[in-house]
Amino acid sequence: MNLTLKVWRQNGPADSGRMMTYQVKDVSPDMSFLEMLDVLNERLILEGDDPIAFDHDCREGICGMCGMVINGVAHGEQRATTTCQLHMRHFEDGATITIEPWRAAPFPVVKDLVVDRGSFDRIIQAGGFISVPAGSAPDAHSLPVKKDDADDAFDAATCIGCGACVAACPNGSASLFTAAKITHLGLLPQGQPERDARAVAMVEQMDLEGFGGCTNTGECTAVCPKGISLDVIGQMNRDYLKAAR
Amino acid sequence: MAVTGAVLVLFLIAHMVGNLKIFLGAESFNSYAEWLRTVGEPAVPARTVLTLTEIVLAGAVALHMWSAVSLARRASKARPVKYVARRKSQASGYVVRTMRYGGVIIVLFVIWHLLDLTFGTVNPKGFGATPYDRVVAGFDPSRWWVTAFYLVALVMVGLHLRHGLWSAFQTLGLTSGGRRRTLNLFAAVFSTLLVLGFVAVPIAVMIGAVK
Amino acid sequence: MNYTIGEPIRDAKAPEGPIEERWDKRRFSAKLVNPANKRKLNVIVVGTGLAGGSAAATLGELGYKVKSFCYQDSPRRAHSIAAQGGINAAKNYRGDGDSIHRLFYDTVKGGDFRARESNVYRLAQVSVNIIDQAVAQGVPFAREYGGLLDTRSFGGAQVSRTFYARGQTGQQLLLGAYQALERQIAAGTVEMHTRHEMLDLVISDGRARGVIVRDLVTGEIETHLADAVVLATGGYGNVFFLSTNAKGCNTTAIWRAHQRGAYFGNPCYTQIHPTCIPVSGEYQSKLTLMSESLRNDGRVWVPLRKGDDRVPSDIPEDERDYYLERIYPAFGNLVPRDIASRAAKNVCDEGRGVGPGGLGVYLDFADAIGRLGREAVEQKYGNLFEMYERITGEDPYTRPMRIYPAVHYTMGGLWVDYDLQSTIPGLFVIGEANFSDHGANRLGASALMQGLADGYFVLPTTLGDYLANGPFGEVDQESVDEALGQVTGKIGRLLSVDGTRTADSYHRELGKLMWEYCGMERTEESLRKAMERIPELREEFWSNVKVSGDEEGLNQALERAGRVADFFDLAELMCLDALHRTESCGGHFRAESQTEDGEALRDDENFAYVAAWEYSPDGAPVLHKEELEYEYVKMTQRSYK
Ligand SMILES: Cc1cc2nc3c(=O)[nH]c(=O)nc-3n(C[C@H](O)[C@H](O)[C@H](O)COP(=O)(O)OP(=O)(O)OC[C@H]3O[C@@H](n4cnc5c(N)ncnc54)[C@H](O)[C@@H]3O)c2cc1C
Ligand code: HEM
Ligand code: HEM
Ligand code: SF4
Ligand code: F3S
Ligand code: FES
Repeated sequence: MNLTLKVWRQNGPADSGRMMTYQVKDVSPDMSFLEMLDVLNERLILEGDDPIAFDHDCREGICGMCGMVINGVAHGEQRATTTCQLHMRHFEDGATITIEPWRAAPFPVVKDLVVDRGSFDRIIQAGGFISVPAGSAPDAHSLPVKKDDADDAFDAATCIGCGACVAACPNGSASLFTAAKITHLGLLPQGQPERDARAVAMVEQMDLEGFGGCTNTGECTAVCPKGISLDVIGQMNRDYLKAAR
Repeated sequence: MAVTGAVLVLFLIAHMVGNLKIFLGAESFNSYAEWLRTVGEPAVPARTVLTLTEIVLAGAVALHMWSAVSLARRASKARPVKYVARRKSQASGYVVRTMRYGGVIIVLFVIWHLLDLTFGTVNPKGFGATPYDRVVAGFDPSRWWVTAFYLVALVMVGLHLRHGLWSAFQTLGLTSGGRRRTLNLFAAVFSTLLVLGFVAVPIAVMIGAVK
Repeated sequence: MNYTIGEPIRDAKAPEGPIEERWDKRRFSAKLVNPANKRKLNVIVVGTGLAGGSAAATLGELGYKVKSFCYQDSPRRAHSIAAQGGINAAKNYRGDGDSIHRLFYDTVKGGDFRARESNVYRLAQVSVNIIDQAVAQGVPFAREYGGLLDTRSFGGAQVSRTFYARGQTGQQLLLGAYQALERQIAAGTVEMHTRHEMLDLVISDGRARGVIVRDLVTGEIETHLADAVVLATGGYGNVFFLSTNAKGCNTTAIWRAHQRGAYFGNPCYTQIHPTCIPVSGEYQSKLTLMSESLRNDGRVWVPLRKGDDRVPSDIPEDERDYYLERIYPAFGNLVPRDIASRAAKNVCDEGRGVGPGGLGVYLDFADAIGRLGREAVEQKYGNLFEMYERITGEDPYTRPMRIYPAVHYTMGGLWVDYDLQSTIPGLFVIGEANFSDHGANRLGASALMQGLADGYFVLPTTLGDYLANGPFGEVDQESVDEALGQVTGKIGRLLSVDGTRTADSYHRELGKLMWEYCGMERTEESLRKAMERIPELREEFWSNVKVSGDEEGLNQALERAGRVADFFDLAELMCLDALHRTESCGGHFRAESQTEDGEALRDDENFAYVAAWEYSPDGAPVLHKEELEYEYVKMTQRSYK
């Protein structure tokens, strides 16, 4: 199949950036989206051009490194899928595809489609952990956990930190990401001692980073490759209100 | 947002119930309006309670608008560069997107509404008439466009509440696990009932059931 | 064969005495660092996977001043995140007769008697603490209704000792370590440098004292100095181009350390995983692993007839060859990884493979669906089936899956002693990057165990012992300048060639060559061919590669080219190691050394040693042998018939 790509090119944080158009020919429907870009990049290198910079690593949907807004949708239109898992068979021959980076002030563009998601790490630094120095842990069976709680905690813990939720949120809010961690740790007995402080610190850090506020539009959960549920945002608000009181 | 919204919702419920009294006849409706003004008497002077309510309402609307504006400003600061491709909604979509301009329409409506039924400025019967008469005159079939405007505004109110209610539950952290579904359903049912309750009056006048 | 034999080495760090007491003894004899001094001691940790992340966090907790590096944009993305199956621990929570000794035994046997007993025993001991640590950190392991931890059984073991978090055990464990690391970053004990790639090691006065890194965002070359350096940079499976590793996995860090004097242990030991989704075309960039658990219910087959390209449902039962069930009636579809992999390759070599290029075999669930019902199969494997369909576009409920083996893990790596110290004083190597405790073959679910054992428990003790003699004073500026010169020189060379082929195209060619000649099955002939071809290809690479852009700013083409350049050198050493080891053992199968039934045939008389290679600039590596002694587990031949 043949495609027209409109890609955001930006040479560095200071550059203002622009959309550029590329033609790619003979794309196999079995290619992944990133492999299609690889093919284009190989050509660009040989032509002496700068290849399109994009983040990726595991290419199997778990590291959370990849991510681009494809035709206006974070990670593309296929549900519960990271960009690296998206395959070309979901596009039509002759289609024009628009590719843009995550757009959010706390995710400044580094180059082309690569953004800096350090703000996520700083939200975790604010309290997204349980303080337990190595070697000080009690026996794992000393504290049983209800299976339902463990399962729900696991569901929240599957967040891969990709940032699609922010990219899709009309308010540029990082609520889904932050809430997923607060929920994961808050559901476990091990997470109780720091629960209140964690909720307050993480929410405050999220605001400090310049993310927008959540108005519960639900775009985030719809694009989340791990299907993190809006329940976590309710849980975060509950914890936060309780702790702030 | 949620707190101010809740105040507004409480008002809407009371207001709707009050409006429905119109079906009990002019007497009932007018005395209800009268009661509004005299409640608490003689412990407090006339209109005290009503004025207090009005102040709370005005404050709530102001705060509500203020928070809506600051949320919008935060949002645009959080995304200084817009997407080129039109963002396609992957979620509930439509209802959510009406929140901001829907709110503005509602406020415009309320201004008109106050001029119409409270102050009577734009009402054919003017300020002197009883509330009942103003309502009946206001929704006279000859003034179908007023009625149409009311209907549009009411639908907007309905949509605003449809999302607003659920959103408030979520913001207040009331949604957990299985309850989210129930609350979401509740928001839908509640906002529909509320709109129907309001719509009943102008329609009734239109078709002459209330005259 | 161009190599020389040097002095044998002996790892003198493991204390003598009963094996159960060795680690305790070592810990007791380790010198302690006074807390006030810790703040003055700097440690560099390169890598933030299970090994590096847990090590940096723990060293920070202990009070050292730590600098941590990774090439991704966040430490949470290290490739440990992709591990699916689980982590072993000798908890014996099931009461099914597991014990530290049994885990030790299974691991030594699984490693085909090419691992050190003392190390493996320690690993089994520490495994218990890992689970405690992870649970306390909030890792949401699978649980039973009673609220206690669930376990499953995994290949090569008769007890149920594998702890898991659905199919995302690596992710959950890594996030635990990552969170501990972020806590230390917030506390100011660890300074994190993301998007930094280590390009060289600084040695001063015979000690490892720092690293040269490139800031991948600005392109700046930076020097970071410390009192000790820890490498935790993961495996080098990407030398094969196609593997289940992440795209960025590389050998650069350990290879540069090797060039600076650290011995490389057993480079040829690679593990091939039998159940991966096969290659679909030339453009394929990486392979995806499917959990081995699929073999519990799927039946593996190929058409009896060569070149039979009918759709699978049109091939009648009597024209199918369920070759694993046929050749290994006792274990059937559940034979160990290496055997299943080789058998698949053999039938494909016979021309009976299926799918694009004839590189695949069927894994058929029709029987299971018939027996258990579609729903039950969906319950068990739903997410795997979905993943398969996502990638191939085929529905495994109605059409058998196609699978093929793929490179998955490298048992080789930098040689380290019992203290995890390499042959360069002050250079410690942990996780998959060292030559590891797995011998010639790693059992499922034990890499995660090793990475965390090294990072949380072993290294913090042994590194302290080393640092007790520090701080080590000024670093000699000349050695820094020399290393800087090397790095900038190489980058300059890569950018100036301006040839006609991309680095990726060379990498692809190198990978094919390695897979063909130094892959699942190796022969003297194939290895010699590879050793002839690799230098030619490298030559061509250096005179004809095209790297666009310049050294400033983010340049992913340059990053790749640098990694490919190092893979060439490593590939050559792997082939040499494979060639010199004329026995078969674990993941290393020499066609010349097999039993009558085609099983790997060890040669314990001549090869019961670790091959530790010393780099020599003139191209003739020096082989140092570390003899392996087995006091507690008797050497036996594996059999799965
Ligand atoms: C698909 C898959 C499934 C697996 N499943 C299992 C399983 O179920 N059970 C099990 O026990 N094992 C499993 N393994 C093996 C196991 O996951 C790995 O061996 C282990 O996680 C390696 O951890 P590590 O910390 O050594 O390295 P990694 O996690 O690979 O981390 C390497 C780190 O080094 C950094 N780095 C690398 N090079 C450089 C450089 N030059 N400069 C700076 N930084 C650098 C990276 O940024 C990264 O942070 C699996 C492996 C794969 C690929
Ligand atoms: C200028 C007028 C208005 C604007 C711009 C506006 C805007 C908004 C917005 C953006 C929200 C979403 C906030 C969120 O989800 O957290 C919202 C919520 C809400 N609005 Fe309004 N609105 C207006 C008027 C009104 C009026 C007149 C009422 C009631 C009669 C009302 C009732 C509500 C309620 C109940 C909510 C839910 C509160 C919450 O989610 O926390 N709004 N409004
Ligand atoms: C068809 C529907 C409606 C009818 C028939 C109606 C009728 C009335 C009447 C008769 C009054 C005057 C009461 C008096 O002066 O005693 C009034 C006041 C008012 N109405 Fe409505 N109304 C309707 C819908 C709405 C809606 C949807 C809103 C808000 C979103 C609203 C907000 C108000 C306000 C704020 C006042 C002033 C109250 C006060 O003075 O305290 N009304 N309405
Ligand atoms: S919540 Fe979902 S979309 Fe957001 S970072 Fe996590 S995985 Fe990505
Ligand atoms: S899309 Fe944004 S508004 Fe809230 S529900 Fe999700 S964060
Ligand atoms: S590259 Fe890892 S999730 Fe896409």
